[in-house]
Amino acid sequence: MYWKFRKTIPYLVLTILAVIFALPLLWILLASFDANASQAVKMPSQWTVENYKTILLNRANQRAFGNGLLISLGQSVLVVLIAGFAAYPLSRYELRYKNMFLYTILFMTSLPITAVMVPVYKMFLTVGLYDKIGGLILFLTATSMPYGIWLMKNFMDNVPVELEEAAWVDGASAFDSLRKIIAPLMFPGICVVFIFTFSGSWGNFFVPYILLQTLDKFPASVTLYQFFGQHGMVIYGQLAAYSAIYAVPSIVLYVLSQNYMSKGFNMAGAAKG
Amino acid sequence: MNKKQSGLLEEAKKSVLLMPSVLLLLVFFVAPILLTVYYSFTNLALSGENARQLKFIGLSNYFTMFKDRTVRISIGNTLVFLLGSLIGQQVLGFIIALNMRNKNRVFRGIVGPIFLAGWIMPEVVVALCCSTFFGDSGTLNQIFSFFHLPQVEFLFAIPMLTVILANIWHGTAFSMMNFQSALDGVPADIEEAARVDGAGPFQTMIRIILPCIKNTIATNTMLNTLSTLGVFGLIYMMTGGGPGTKTLTLPIFMYRQAFISQQLGYGTAISMILLVIGIVLSVFYTRIMRND
Repeated sequence: MYWKFRKTIPYLVLTILAVIFALPLLWILLASFDANASQAVKMPSQWTVENYKTILLNRANQRAFGNGLLISLGQSVLVVLIAGFAAYPLSRYELRYKNMFLYTILFMTSLPITAVMVPVYKMFLTVGLYDKIGGLILFLTATSMPYGIWLMKNFMDNVPVELEEAAWVDGASAFDSLRKIIAPLMFPGICVVFIFTFSGSWGNFFVPYILLQTLDKFPASVTLYQFFGQHGMVIYGQLAAYSAIYAVPSIVLYVLSQNYMSKGFNMAGAAKG
Repeated sequence: MNKKQSGLLEEAKKSVLLMPSVLLLLVFFVAPILLTVYYSFTNLALSGENARQLKFIGLSNYFTMFKDRTVRISIGNTLVFLLGSLIGQQVLGFIIALNMRNKNRVFRGIVGPIFLAGWIMPEVVVALCCSTFFGDSGTLNQIFSFFHLPQVEFLFAIPMLTVILANIWHGTAFSMMNFQSALDGVPADIEEAARVDGAGPFQTMIRIILPCIKNTIATNTMLNTLSTLGVFGLIYMMTGGGPGTKTLTLPIFMYRQAFISQQLGYGTAISMILLVIGIVLSVFYTRIMRND
């Protein structure tokens, strides 16, 4: 009897915790399909997709999702390319300052970006990058460089040099072998970096909130916040639907990243962008 | 060309591919850090007289800071938020990871993603669904009324605890994952041997399991500290730092000073506190990673 009891305790604890953890999200799911959604979790009295329709058909919302996509895609592509280039010499050559560079990069991965946002704002005002999506993408790219380079270098280290040597004999440049030999072989690694960057960028609220000003340029993270502030306490159904749509890319990307995550991939520094 | 020169040339040639990233990092990462230090010694403002005349004012901002009661309050709030989140996330993450060990696959498959979901969600969604969960007529109050408990205005009466709980909800999965992989690395035979020698579950925990995963606890604490210090959106969206100054943490106070009171210089001085703590912890973190 005692043993049986002891065996069920973990299940009980986990189940209770899981139910508590699930409730806030369950609200989003149920309220988004509810014609008369309220602040609390409840079964919809009247199921509807009207909330989703209203959010998706709204011009301003479409633009916000477009902006978010543009920013996140732009940032991810740049990070993969630039960090990929940087990783090559760090992985393949003997360089005198290599270790120092790598430690500096590692050091940078964990600095709180929040602390430098005020000067960045002032800097952007001064050089005319303020309220420019391009400027925002460049800044976000730079903040992702440290973990991008760190990850790319580690993935590249796993691609054997021997494969390149043949290409070198044939006169291929570093750029050629990077593109034709290494990139295809470390494709899963590239995907991991891309996905990490994309979802970090998609979820980023603070940086676009500070560096952009025009409504038309805001990504979904900022517009959802504004929607929340303006109507959030009234139109719960639409708010929930907006959140659900906005969360979809993050969920899909997480699931995808699990497929690319190789075994033994445990670089804690990169896990929290 | 002598040997040294050609060596340098060779080194430069090899580093060409590094240049774009070095350039980006210098302009958008290193420069802002240096500017943070510099601006914190100036009277930089967004509007008014000071906006036109940027002046070096020495330690003035720092003296003001020491005298500013709100600075002390926000440092205190930041620490409470930090400690509450750290303890909550790690204890809960550890309990979950420990209990998930060797459990039924189907059960893990259902429960695991539920914990992960809070971590995967973007910050805005976290703030939003926690705001409604803790809302005056939200889910938690509905549950309270079901059990005939008094209604609580969570975001008003106990705002700090509420934002801490929201952050715990969001961050627990990260600690859980770290602890899961660390616990997988605890050799089963040592645990077994301890049990055979008559160690109870509590003793096994203190003597065997915790010492085995102490590095993970250290790294995890460090990373969580660094990310919790920078939390802005969650608190900003849930309480705006209020009511009054009850949830005013350093990032929110920095934001208010810089963008609402338009005192960029002073706002920057406040962010220096964050930056310095961040730098010190990052140095420690780099040390740990280096020795691994």
